[in-house]
Amino acid sequence: MMNGLQTAGTMMQFAFLLYLVSLAGYLFYLVYQKEPVHRASIYLITAGVFVHFAGIVVMGITLGNLPVHNLVQSLSMAALAFGGMFLFVQYKFHLKMLGLFAAIILSGTMLGAMVLPDTQVVPNEILKGFWFYCHILLVFTGDAALGLACGAGILYLLQEKGIKAKTPGFFFKRLPSLDFLDLVSHACIVTGFFLLTFGLITGFVYAKAIWGRFWSWDFKEVFSLGAWLVYAVLIHLRLYSGWRGRKSAVMTIIGFAIIIFTFLGVNMFLGGHHQEFTK
Amino acid sequence: MPHIILIGVNHKTAPVELREKLSFSREETLAALKELKQHPDIEEVLIFSTCNRTEILYVSGSDSSVDDVTAFISAQKHIRVSEFVSALYVLHRNEAVHHIFRVASSLDSMMVGEPQILGQVKQAYRTAVEVGASGVLLNRMMHKAFSVAKQVRKETGIGDNAVSISYAAVELANKIFSDLSAKSVLLLGAGEMAELAVEHLMSHNVKQVLVANRTFENAVILAEKFRGQAMGFEERESALAEVDIIISSTGATQYVITADQVKKAMKKRQYRTLFFIDIAVPRDIDPKINALSHAYVYDIDDLKTIVASNIQQREQETVKAERIVAQAVVKFRKWLDSLAIVPTIKAINDKMTTIVEMECDKTLAHLEHLSEQDRAAIRRMTQAIASRAIHDPILFLKNTGSHRDDSLYLNVTRQLFNLDVSEEQ
Repeated sequence: MMNGLQTAGTMMQFAFLLYLVSLAGYLFYLVYQKEPVHRASIYLITAGVFVHFAGIVVMGITLGNLPVHNLVQSLSMAALAFGGMFLFVQYKFHLKMLGLFAAIILSGTMLGAMVLPDTQVVPNEILKGFWFYCHILLVFTGDAALGLACGAGILYLLQEKGIKAKTPGFFFKRLPSLDFLDLVSHACIVTGFFLLTFGLITGFVYAKAIWGRFWSWDFKEVFSLGAWLVYAVLIHLRLYSGWRGRKSAVMTIIGFAIIIFTFLGVNMFLGGHHQEFTK
Repeated sequence: MPHIILIGVNHKTAPVELREKLSFSREETLAALKELKQHPDIEEVLIFSTCNRTEILYVSGSDSSVDDVTAFISAQKHIRVSEFVSALYVLHRNEAVHHIFRVASSLDSMMVGEPQILGQVKQAYRTAVEVGASGVLLNRMMHKAFSVAKQVRKETGIGDNAVSISYAAVELANKIFSDLSAKSVLLLGAGEMAELAVEHLMSHNVKQVLVANRTFENAVILAEKFRGQAMGFEERESALAEVDIIISSTGATQYVITADQVKKAMKKRQYRTLFFIDIAVPRDIDPKINALSHAYVYDIDDLKTIVASNIQQREQETVKAERIVAQAVVKFRKWLDSLAIVPTIKAINDKMTTIVEMECDKTLAHLEHLSEQDRAAIRRMTQAIASRAIHDPILFLKNTGSHRDDSLYLNVTRQLFNLDVSEEQ
């Protein structure tokens, strides 16, 4: 078992390294705009995600479970979901500068997974089963998509600020049109919202099966529902009150901040039955 | 040895009236090329004529041909030599190559960095090829010019920045909307700069152009020009719900579009973005509109500021571009020098000697039973075979006198013997 975990650990370190080099590439590209560097950065990040995925598969097989039983594992899993979702969005929209955002998030999250102490995992037989896996998969990928929506939102705000202030500067050439940034952000919101919705539903089903009730006023449940509501309201307002562009971008940042707090903060400060995932 | 000469006038040396008189249409170019080709001293020729320049680039064995070409221009364009000779520049060899590389790279343009020039140069070259007026030297030189221009465009930011008001406006529109072909434009009033902006937008295939003018007839005339639709000036408020880009250039003393009107229109258009380009002085569009969400207002001063900073940036890029051009000229010069007869013969000899020695070494290494004398004999023999084999080709190259294009044969020779590998890159 130790060998499997060691192999997985090495793979993750390698993935982390790939993310870091890719981040350096993206920073270089940000300044000098050399297309080959951009392409290399994408390849690096893609390679990183695949190595990372393989690492998590090895770890999962070794543990005989989905490796989300402590903070280090959860961070790593969140980074993988984010990386996978980024590749999907990247190959669909080719929004170059989103890669910079992704590389920052991936490197940061993996740094956390590398430096934080890997606490002893107590095998817990209730954290298994179809509904549990669905819940984790959907929530993590949903959160990842919403994170990318936030990234596109930040890019939107950068571009919009320059155009509104009539001082098109550093980012003017480097970013695409406002319409396009808004489109990408919205596509990510809808995707993320859809995944998160089903993630919450599967969570309820799983809770019913384990604890006998759908809802138990756990802090994480409350905050997740709060984040879900933010996005629900945002989608509604976009359709009916023209909340697109700037307002939408600001909302994606607020929404993602709530998600991050739900993921990390709730367990650290508030507790609840989700706690052991991020111990 | 023939050399490259360029004779021409451009926007720096000649006023527009003179440039007009000296410009060649496509038909005139074809006829002129055919005629110039007949000249005994002219081996290759190309004519490049746009609204900003007329240049004749040719390869000639003698400098006296310059006077002939000048006289030819005079006869073709029915203009006395004395009228244009002061505006004429004559460039030889390196200078001519340098000039044409700069022209193709848009460094010599009136608007430095403008992208059309490369296409025009290519067209001029195609025309010359069509009538067979281009040969080895010009072919190579023009292809080099194209690749230099591409390199300049790729490696410098020279073409990146909009350096005219109307381009700056279109560039902004492109950074606000992702797909201009789905957007409609409303032109309020008339004016050169406004119309230019509409034309630039049309080249991006905007969906529709609407024209409103206080005088309806003027609107109809302009609408016809833009293949658009005329509408009454009073309809502009309702049009705000439909169009996406508004270019305004009226003589009104008060705002023709107010913030209240835009606020109302926003609801109707479901908060889709509106972009106002206000070219009028005094201004037509209430600047408060810029504070509304989903609305952007740029007036003439804003656009001028952007253009000014773009021009400054472009000047920095120009330095880089000049360096690329200078390097390319040096490379081309090297190739040109290698086209001389003596270096070519020497290169063939060197190549054969190298091959012979290499093969001898290889073979003799396995024939250790041979005596020193035998080895020397074999070496002499192989060397003799090689010399005999290239004897006739070399004799042919040396025999220049007869009426033929040496550069052509030299080029073929260099290709046959693959002698250019090192100079190529």
